[in-house]
Amino acid sequence: MYSEKVLDHFQNPRNVGEIENPDGVGKAGNPKCGDIMKIYLRVENEVITDIKFKTFGCASAIASSSMATELVKGRNIDEAWNLTNSAVAEALDGLPPVKMHCSVLAEEAIHAAINDYRRRKGLPVLEGKEYDHEHDHAHQH
Amino acid sequence: MSRQVYLDYAATTFTAPEVVSAMTPYFTQSFGNPSSIYSFSESNRKAMGIARQQVADVLGAAKEEIFFTSGGTEADNWALKGVAWRNRSKGNHVITTKIEHHAVLHTAQFLQENGFEVTYLDVDAEGRVRLEDLKNAVTEKTILVSVMFANNEIGTIQPIAEIGAFCREKGIIFHTDAVQAVAHVPIDVKAMNIDLLSLSAHKFYGPKGVGALYVRKGIKIDNFMHGGGQERGKRATTENVAGIVGLGAAIELTESRMKDASSRVGKLRNMLIDGVMKVIPHAKLNGAPVSERLPNNSNFSFIGIEGETLLLDLDGAGIYASTGSACSSGSLDPSHVLMAIGLSHEQAHGSLRMTLGEETSEEDIRYVLSVLPAIVERRRAMSPLWEDFLKNTQGGK
Repeated sequence: MYSEKVLDHFQNPRNVGEIENPDGVGKAGNPKCGDIMKIYLRVENEVITDIKFKTFGCASAIASSSMATELVKGRNIDEAWNLTNSAVAEALDGLPPVKMHCSVLAEEAIHAAINDYRRRKGLPVLEGKEYDHEHDHAHQH
Repeated sequence: MSRQVYLDYAATTFTAPEVVSAMTPYFTQSFGNPSSIYSFSESNRKAMGIARQQVADVLGAAKEEIFFTSGGTEADNWALKGVAWRNRSKGNHVITTKIEHHAVLHTAQFLQENGFEVTYLDVDAEGRVRLEDLKNAVTEKTILVSVMFANNEIGTIQPIAEIGAFCREKGIIFHTDAVQAVAHVPIDVKAMNIDLLSLSAHKFYGPKGVGALYVRKGIKIDNFMHGGGQERGKRATTENVAGIVGLGAAIELTESRMKDASSRVGKLRNMLIDGVMKVIPHAKLNGAPVSERLPNNSNFSFIGIEGETLLLDLDGAGIYASTGSACSSGSLDPSHVLMAIGLSHEQAHGSLRMTLGEETSEEDIRYVLSVLPAIVERRRAMSPLWEDFLKNTQGGK
């Protein structure tokens, strides 16, 4: 059902945990759907120097969080904003169709963390792509 | 090889070797079509008769009241649709519960789409139907009550004899989906006033793909499978002879071991429950107290963790279990059973069912108890939900 990469990131997730006094924190998902992602950022000179996550959710939610943090770590904050859910899914060698929303959640959590950082900096908040989660689910099953 | 512990007997059991032996000749030697009149097929007709008697004996029924099907789902479909179609001139109201298996629930929904009204009874926090609720739900139009004997997820055993007595007094047909209960707990269709009962062989060490519907003498239901004259004209298709023989052998075997098996398995199950509740903080046992649930069933919720994560981690340790989480079922909502007993979404998503059986040993349970706490702790440590939960409980609220 899952690729080797998904299982690897599920079993040995990278960047798990919290950052004390982070420069940005973002959260996505809700307990009703069974997944919540929380992302912590450390940003120095517009570069994400450290990133941590905490996720409640299924294997693909944990793997997506882990992969997304790997993909944006060390990146410029504007580059990081452009991370898409499909890039996360691709880096994991694909996710089952019913689990694609997990990669969407990773994109949204990172966007939320970046916007939190921008807010703290007094920068205008950016608009992320809008996803309809209910719709998403309904069509996948 | 590393240890393998199968704890999903409620999903399916292995087929007992004795049962396989009993079935084998009917694939290779006695392969005749039972409908053929020549003597070659006579042994098959006889074998099916013996199996029918074996099933009847376990239920306290007569041989003529047993009809073989392709499994529990077909038996449920036939019971509900068969009663509804036959009795639509008398009324269009059906009563069932919110915790039925989808074989009943989705059939009830189909009836709703076809002009029937269905009442889905609530259950209490332990998963029990209240007789009062049933009494209040009955109308002049009620033609059928369908309440499962024991629940597949949380193992709660329903007050079937009380429900049966009430329905009989009211003249309402009473069906019970006893797929999880047959040959595991005592059943007497006469004493319990059961009119229709569904069962499935692969839940009691028989083969998959075969089951039966008990139809009390005098209860008329419409046919579901149309075709040849098999099963006394009630259920067409060439009989699954080997499967039927296996069903008969399995039900007799499992019934004969019931007392010993349930006390042995019950002890191990209690050991599992006690161990989990003692070692894992904020674990919740879902369902009824052990005296009112199937002897092999345990169902827990671990707040802060999602069920699929648990299953995969357990799988990695060679332990096979099940969950009511949505992520494993592929639907948006978690288990309807866990929601019906009042669990929050978080609790339902974090549920773990472990069901024991014939080959479960004390060592297996000890192994599970040595592995599970660390898995729960590790996944909780990476869960924002657990973090929130700790804040709320330690915040002195």
